[in-house]
Amino acid sequence: MAYTPHKPPAAETAEQLRERIPGWGADLDPADRPSVPKLQFQEDLSGAHWEFPERQPEKVPRERSIEHAFLTPVFGTSCPPRGLSGAIRRLSYRRYSEARAAHWLLLVLADRVDAWESHLRSFATLRPDNPITETGVRSEFSHHGLRSRLGVQRADLPHQALDPVIVAGPWVAAAWVTYAGSRRVARALRR
Amino acid sequence: MRAMVYRGPYKLRVENKDVPAIEHPNDAIVRVTLAAICGSDLHLYHGLMPDTRVGSTFGHEFIGVVEQVGSSVRNLAPGDRVMVPFNIFCGSCWFCARGLYSNCHNVNPNATAVGGIYGYSHTCGGYDGGQAEYVRVPFADVGPSRIPDWMDDEDAVLLTDAVPTGYFGAQLGAIAEGDTVVVFGAGPVGLVAAKSSWLMGAGRVIVIDHLEYRLAKARTFAHAETRNFTEYDDIVVEMKRTTDHLGADVAIDAVGAEADGNFLQHVAAAHYKMQGGSPVALNWAIDSVRKGGTVAVVGAYGPIFSAVKFGDALNKGLTLRMNQCPVKRQWPRLFEHLRMGYLKPSELVTHRFPLEHIAEGYHVFSAKLDGCIKPLVVPSAA
Repeated sequence: MAYTPHKPPAAETAEQLRERIPGWGADLDPADRPSVPKLQFQEDLSGAHWEFPERQPEKVPRERSIEHAFLTPVFGTSCPPRGLSGAIRRLSYRRYSEARAAHWLLLVLADRVDAWESHLRSFATLRPDNPITETGVRSEFSHHGLRSRLGVQRADLPHQALDPVIVAGPWVAAAWVTYAGSRRVARALRR
Repeated sequence: MRAMVYRGPYKLRVENKDVPAIEHPNDAIVRVTLAAICGSDLHLYHGLMPDTRVGSTFGHEFIGVVEQVGSSVRNLAPGDRVMVPFNIFCGSCWFCARGLYSNCHNVNPNATAVGGIYGYSHTCGGYDGGQAEYVRVPFADVGPSRIPDWMDDEDAVLLTDAVPTGYFGAQLGAIAEGDTVVVFGAGPVGLVAAKSSWLMGAGRVIVIDHLEYRLAKARTFAHAETRNFTEYDDIVVEMKRTTDHLGADVAIDAVGAEADGNFLQHVAAAHYKMQGGSPVALNWAIDSVRKGGTVAVVGAYGPIFSAVKFGDALNKGLTLRMNQCPVKRQWPRLFEHLRMGYLKPSELVTHRFPLEHIAEGYHVFSAKLDGCIKPLVVPSAA
């Protein structure tokens, strides 16, 4: 017990556990645990035959953290920044280090702008966004949506009805503020 | 090729994309034969990870066949069946040279605080992932391994993240013989962490979740005691009660950024993205473990600050240990455990979705429908 010096007695002995659970104690010795100790010099460099890798060509300007000394020798080339969201991303990388909240909050803002830009852009294509197919919501019918929720205790159920309000609320409020502000400005200009 | 494409929070579809090209002499192009959706993919899907761009392809758990190799690749050849760790790593930077493959400094220009991960936003390097027919695999001589002949594909794909991460979580706990270990989260990672705790000599393993079907799996797969936290007014008090008010020796957070169980935390993180994650499970871990104990974190959190009860960790003299798992470092020992029959990862698989139906796969996994624990994705070119 916590209030006395000795640990509470174990419910099962090592022999009982070994009998009940396949492999019990196989890694009891920390020497058998692959991540112990934390820092182990890898003499073979894990197969690398370089001390510094060849550099991947930078075909389009690549944004990078200002905490890096230079562009890393290898990098992903998926989805270069574009549009207004791209401008926000570039600003975030150019101006703020990873230590600054502004860096991450600008990237989150850029993500939301990117989603709206892409959504609007999709209407100019032969395949506009389709909320039914893209959210996979049809699986509610094919994968027991009701049965997975009825009669069971789940922490997410009590607030699921509130979730749409929580998500839509700030957007509705922002739309109202924009509308009211615009009206006030327009009135002031008319005077 | 056909590939899953992100269209914004909660939306994705399958599109035609160009087959990836060799961009570096040590690249390989791999034809994906089997992929998985990871619980951490849901953080991207829900728009929680900064710099997740519309048009990107997710997927950091995949296996496949080498189609093409770059001019400097020595260890792989076209036709090899390979399993690819979720970490992209060079093998030679200061961190890789010391086994911290998940912290590689040569693969992620977007951030120094995190290494490179396939299909996991530009914050993790801007690489497309394996929920597609083909994927570019950088540093082919370092990351991928040939799949042993005796290993099942479903075991192999789970060894690219979920299984090593759970096993690594138990190692971070520095478990000693007879320790009481409490694992928060009965998803694939938590289940493996619980099972691995026994391998390291735990005397008692308790798994906590809110989904009864997952707790049932914890009892059979991981031989663990279970608690459904929705049945308790305060799960921390229950943890104290069941450990003679000492607290657990080790607590493992295998939940991460979207933990439920505290409305304000959940809303601030999952809905308003004002935190890097909802640290409900982490705070419960800090409060459930005994003074002087260890909290291991393998649940994924984003880079924005989170409201963690750091004062309790300080005042209790806790050891906090965490990292993304350096997958390849775990493989030799994990392969032994599979051969001995101590671990059978494919027992965690509950669903298999064709790539063309991946939007349904994400929704089923995200909404926890149909008893879903681990969904796999089968590309049409498999």
